[in-house]
Amino acid sequence: MAELGMSSAVTRRAFSVRKMTGFTAVAIVCFIMLYAPLLPLVAYSFNSGSSIALWEGFSWRWYEAAWRNELVQDAAFRSLFVATLASTFATALATMAALGTTRTRAYRGLTAIYAMINQPLMVPEIVTAVALLIVFAVIKTATNYHGLVYLITAHTAFCIPFAYLPIRARLEGMDISLETAAADLYATPWKTFRRVTLPLLWPGILAGAMLAFVISLDDVVITEFVKSPGQDTLPTYMLGQLRRVITPEINAISTVLLTVSAVMVTFFFFLNRKKM
Amino acid sequence: MNSAKGGPAAVQALNVSKVFGEGDSAVVALDNVSVNIRQNEFFTLLGPSGCGKTTLLRLIAGFDHPSNGAILLEGEDISGLPPYQRPVNTVFQSYALFPHMTVAGNIAFGLEMLGKSKPEIDATVTDMLRLVQMEELKDRQTSQISGGQQQRVALARALAPHPKVLLLDEPLSALDLKLRKEMQIELKRLQHETGITFIFVTHDQEEALTMSDRIAVMSAGNILQVGTPRDIYDHPAERFVANFIGETNFFQAELVSVKKGAGKIKLASGKTITATVPDGLVANGHITAVVRPEHARIVEPGASSTLVGTLENIVYFGTDTHFHVALGGEEAFIVRMQNARDDAGKFSTGMNVGITIDANAAQVLRD
Ligand SMILES: Nc1ncnc2c1ncn2[C@@H]1O[C@H](COP(=O)(O)OP(=O)(O)OP(=O)(O)O)[C@@H](O)[C@H]1O
Ligand SMILES: [Mg+2]
Repeated sequence: MAELGMSSAVTRRAFSVRKMTGFTAVAIVCFIMLYAPLLPLVAYSFNSGSSIALWEGFSWRWYEAAWRNELVQDAAFRSLFVATLASTFATALATMAALGTTRTRAYRGLTAIYAMINQPLMVPEIVTAVALLIVFAVIKTATNYHGLVYLITAHTAFCIPFAYLPIRARLEGMDISLETAAADLYATPWKTFRRVTLPLLWPGILAGAMLAFVISLDDVVITEFVKSPGQDTLPTYMLGQLRRVITPEINAISTVLLTVSAVMVTFFFFLNRKKM
Repeated sequence: MNSAKGGPAAVQALNVSKVFGEGDSAVVALDNVSVNIRQNEFFTLLGPSGCGKTTLLRLIAGFDHPSNGAILLEGEDISGLPPYQRPVNTVFQSYALFPHMTVAGNIAFGLEMLGKSKPEIDATVTDMLRLVQMEELKDRQTSQISGGQQQRVALARALAPHPKVLLLDEPLSALDLKLRKEMQIELKRLQHETGITFIFVTHDQEEALTMSDRIAVMSAGNILQVGTPRDIYDHPAERFVANFIGETNFFQAELVSVKKGAGKIKLASGKTITATVPDGLVANGHITAVVRPEHARIVEPGASSTLVGTLENIVYFGTDTHFHVALGGEEAFIVRMQNARDDAGKFSTGMNVGITIDANAAQVLRD
């Protein structure tokens, strides 16, 4: 065993992509391309003037403005509300899907089910958006109901694959003999799930929920198509603002969104690293 | 062991077969296996990798179901019961301790699932911790204890609900030699103190010989022979068993007569010796027989020797010496003799020597 481990480690080191010439340079360029554009955005959110290109001094002015703006408040609240509900539903459904695809014997159509669950990752978002627009329009006229349920449903749907991936990864990494041991020690399938599977799966579920939350919070395209009038979320509100005069208020809101996402992704990273 | 001999067997496998997969890719893991395991017995399944040991344990535990045949527990057919309804517990090779529970939490798990009262659970857990000498570590997380300690926790966890049968799948294979020896003694002690039937799986013949009341030798999905360690070692009935356990000498002979398992065989040298014959074999001429190296003796060639050959090699081992004698066949006949003080220099390589075989030490093989 020890020998095997050693030799595979050696092999891996020999083929390390990090050893290839230019790797560091390419990595640095990629990081700059990814993160450099964010710097002026964040910097100008603190501008005391009202230009997003001309620096006039430091102030919290635009954060205050955004904080007091009722439209922003309204959109932010709606965003959080939709993201909370959608990520909760999506995570619950994704957990069931993950259990259904990893804790059963392989059956016919399993591959098809994987594909179905991951479909939203593949289908262009605009296509889903148009499809939902049409379907919901029919339902809206039929029922005359225009509430937030449409948005929540749509968000739930496209969040499922994001929640599903970390949960399934955790389930597949989990030692199946733990569940066997629980059954051996007189735990019924339900007790086994409650006392062994669920506690061990919890970091995966939390990670999935967080990913789903961020995805829902960031969504523009589907939201823009599905929302009824007056149902702006933060991203669609910002999109609307772009058509008018842009002030650093947009930068301030973006910076806050960026911070929320960064915090959640960091948390997600640590959860995923937590050992089984 | 003796007291319960009259009752039903602790575990009985009746014509059990297990086939994995179907069609061309089907694997026969167990092929019509029948075995009786007695109450309070330390019973060992011994065999090489892939012979079906784990499969048989999994069928008894209920993790898998037989393709054919039945598993009886104390005379009752349990083939249809799920694992959580069988009064049988398992010590897994990987231990499979619950990583999110403490040592005490792991041991309590089975009792909680059985719905025992809190005081009873606490009392049993304390007993178990004492039994495996883990009292001090009861509040540790299972990731914070050593391999040997994890092994003890796994044992305590499986013993706590006081199962009728304890299944152990190569529980010692992950331990180093010293710990392994300690745990072998520990396991024997636990079996003795709890009076629970142990079914132990190993592919280590020495471990099987030292620990078991009885051994079942398995090969390719079959049980070839069941018996006490002595039986198996002294009287292997099949070539595979003779080969798998200990060192042995094979030689061709003729079966002259058989009477109640005792027979006379005629060697190539023309001499006739007594031998043990497996059930159901009749005197039909050509057979293969085996003799353990320590059941033969090197002597001066003469009237008393049963075989005669040339001494090829002498290997000194301290407590004993191995003599390799060429008899004209492919492999040398090996004789192992204890070293007495005045032995030195009596024989040397190249000499013509005789071999005598102890009375009844020869064993005729079935195939
Ligand atoms: N789930 C399974 N699906 C297909 N084949 C299996 C399965 N489990 C076991 N087998 C096959 O059945 C045979 C017996 O396996 P088993 O695990 O019982 O062997 P073993 O005696 O325990 O070996 P080891 O000493 O290596 O643990 C092997 O050929 C194995 O490949
Ligand atoms: Mg095995």
